[in-house]
Amino acid sequence: MSDPQAGAGTRLVEMRGIRKSFPGVQASDDVCLSLDSGEVLALLGENGAGKSTLMNILAGLYHPDAGQILVRGRAARISSPRDAAALGIGMVHQNFMLVDSMSVAENVVLGMKGLPFVPDLRKVKAGIRELSERYNLRVDPEAYVWQLSVGEQQRVEILKLLYRRAEILILDEPTAVLTPQESAELNAVVRRMRSEGKAAIFITHKMEEVMTFSDRVMVLRRGKLVAERRTADTDPRELARLMVGREVLFCVDKRPFSPGDCVLELEGVRAEDERGLPALDGLDLRLRSGEILGIAGVAGNGQRELAEVITGLRPATAGRIRLKGRDVTNGSPLSLIRSGVGHVPQDRSSVGAVGDLSVAANLAMKGYRSRPVSVGPVLRPSRILELAKRLIAAFGIATPSPQTRVKFLSGGNVQKTILAREIGACTSLLVAVYPSRGLDVGATEAVRKELVAQRDAGRAVLLVSEDLEELAQVADTIAVLFEGRVMGTFPACEADPETLGLLMSGAKKEA
Amino acid sequence: MALHFEKRKSASTAALFIVPLASFLASLALTSLLLLAFEVNPAATFAAMFKGAFGSWRAFTETLVKAIPLMLTSLGVALAFKLRFWNIGAEGQLVMAGVAASWVALFWSGWVPGALLLPLAILVGCAAGALWASVPALLKTSLAVDETLVTLMLNYVAILFADSLYYGPWRDPKGYGFPGTAPFPKEAWLPRISGRAHVGLYFALALALVLWFLLNRTRWGFELKIIGSSPRAARYEGIAVERNVVLAVLLSGALCGLAGACEVTAISHRLQQGLAIGYGFTAIIVAWMSQLNPLAIAPVSILMAAILVGGDQVQMKMGLPSAMGQVMQGMILFPMLAGSLFTEFRIRRSAPRAGGPAPGREGAA
Repeated sequence: MSDPQAGAGTRLVEMRGIRKSFPGVQASDDVCLSLDSGEVLALLGENGAGKSTLMNILAGLYHPDAGQILVRGRAARISSPRDAAALGIGMVHQNFMLVDSMSVAENVVLGMKGLPFVPDLRKVKAGIRELSERYNLRVDPEAYVWQLSVGEQQRVEILKLLYRRAEILILDEPTAVLTPQESAELNAVVRRMRSEGKAAIFITHKMEEVMTFSDRVMVLRRGKLVAERRTADTDPRELARLMVGREVLFCVDKRPFSPGDCVLELEGVRAEDERGLPALDGLDLRLRSGEILGIAGVAGNGQRELAEVITGLRPATAGRIRLKGRDVTNGSPLSLIRSGVGHVPQDRSSVGAVGDLSVAANLAMKGYRSRPVSVGPVLRPSRILELAKRLIAAFGIATPSPQTRVKFLSGGNVQKTILAREIGACTSLLVAVYPSRGLDVGATEAVRKELVAQRDAGRAVLLVSEDLEELAQVADTIAVLFEGRVMGTFPACEADPETLGLLMSGAKKEA
Repeated sequence: MALHFEKRKSASTAALFIVPLASFLASLALTSLLLLAFEVNPAATFAAMFKGAFGSWRAFTETLVKAIPLMLTSLGVALAFKLRFWNIGAEGQLVMAGVAASWVALFWSGWVPGALLLPLAILVGCAAGALWASVPALLKTSLAVDETLVTLMLNYVAILFADSLYYGPWRDPKGYGFPGTAPFPKEAWLPRISGRAHVGLYFALALALVLWFLLNRTRWGFELKIIGSSPRAARYEGIAVERNVVLAVLLSGALCGLAGACEVTAISHRLQQGLAIGYGFTAIIVAWMSQLNPLAIAPVSILMAAILVGGDQVQMKMGLPSAMGQVMQGMILFPMLAGSLFTEFRIRRSAPRAGGPAPGREGAA
């Protein structure tokens, strides 16, 4: 074990040439990383840049395809979180790994090695209290996890690691769930740990967090390490450019942009997420017919909620939503479907499509209410089949037959099925959330072409995407979403990566 | 050579028929082992059971008598199960309907025209079944209370409530202490076809067709299918999930209620002990064996009824416990559950390694 009193400079972790691929994605591509004691390192990057993958490898959850990990100078094989814990490495995941029905003390010792059969919880509680005091992490060891707020639960996760004498802490998007005050407190905890010679790695996409928390920052993009800077030697502007990458932005040829009347108008819309936290925070938006409005932003800044509020799936707690001048705030999903709003949802396998039903049934799920698919209350199976065959041909859905269950289709074909149905049902507005996420090049191309075709047919398209290249190619106008608010709106051709990156990380209001 | 399970791309039609049959044969084999342990001849026992259930016209009508309530409750259960609403309260819904129908038959005859007494008894019975099912349905859709527990517990409430009536205020004063109400007036008797088999059979067969049509050929059935497969998707498609779940469960309760109303108006002609003899629970097995297909429920119910009736015969002829019929039912369920694996999956033998004889061949030669 290293001497806890050692000052900065002792090399704690070294990762060399780490590679890891998932089907279709190179999540880590020859990444090297080092961490010294008494240091706080920030990993910065967009969604899918490979930050979490890299840290999951260090924490023993994933096994690298290639590469070497050295801990305190010695080659380490980390094949489980337990191995990682034995080396003093611990990770606080974005989704906490706590047992709701157990107390804080029980959670802290849960799964610990070398515990007696009946643990002495009094000793554990005393230990927790001591740690709580030392790091100013206020948690009652007797409380049950379900009683705790999200911020308190995070403290339990950190205590859990400290109790196990972790010296290398990995925090995955730690402030995403915290209030500003709690973030400041977390910063204090990390500083205290640093002063004791421990080290921390932050996964983040927020510029502000990088600047205040870290000593050094590594920028990842598409699985590759693109830059490394001392935090003191860089600024948000440079980091934003590095994070987004300059080469991805360009405009492509499509029919000239000639918007028509206003189709969708949002005014000061507010909504809450599942945990009751504000997800949309007074959002304003305008979308005209024949326009593709791209919503840029890091995932989790209100994109899903925005789409759901517009389509009637989530109540707006304040504000107004107007569709072609008509107030549709908190209209039912059915009433919005009837006003011609199509929706390609974020969750395509469990919301957008029903895996256990056939392709034909899935294609009929919006049209079944009216002729020719049904007459009065009675369905006409031959017409359902006819409709399915037509859409399968028109959208090039690769399926053995219209009767094949959707769960056996590839992701791209599921998406084409949803798109075919939604476009058929859409007469005024199409809301598409991450429509090309996880699709191969061909399917992505098909989806984008279809969106542009809808725009050219005079419909309004709201395209939520995390892919700036996609936005630049497809959208006419780009609005940047950050923490439930629009940070800025500009024509797609004028968007430059630096401004986008800054707006996306909340570092700057629109000039 | 290794065996692999492989998911079927679309459910095999052949498997839909072969698997229940094979499961049934497997359960016969399992029961045979048990019978051998009792030192009786399995073949003779099965022959006696078959004879007891189908050996004569009278035996067949008795089998139908048990098949009718099984069909009706199974239709109800299958409808609820389609929505993944685990209604295991068919027994209670049947009993409450029996109570309600008896109430009409016993106490309304004074002020209702005689010709209306029977239809009213049956309708009020169905309504009572639906009402009893509405409790778990509303609790689930409004407060997310688990329906399995509520439907199960309400069975006992219903059974004890019926008990309290025919042991207490409704007991026939001329009944020599027998636990039951006075007999219904003749106008409230459901006509019989032959033996004790009654027109409830026509209701059941007609409703099986209606339910099949409803589920497979109507917009409502399509909505129920989507809700059953994915409530989140249903909501996104603009379907009122809660309202439709409640409606379907009400219908499920009404179907189970019809079974109870028929039992009291056609068989016992009074409310008495022996109304709750487990049809509502056997219906769960029937519904699964029929793979929730209304059209399969009629033959499967007759098969199950035959096992019940035949089981009684075995008790008398072979000196076996009458519980053997129920044991066989249980023995059927296990192979059925295992068998459902084969409608979803198929077994594939992995091909021997290319470019050489299968490993192990040489050693064997």
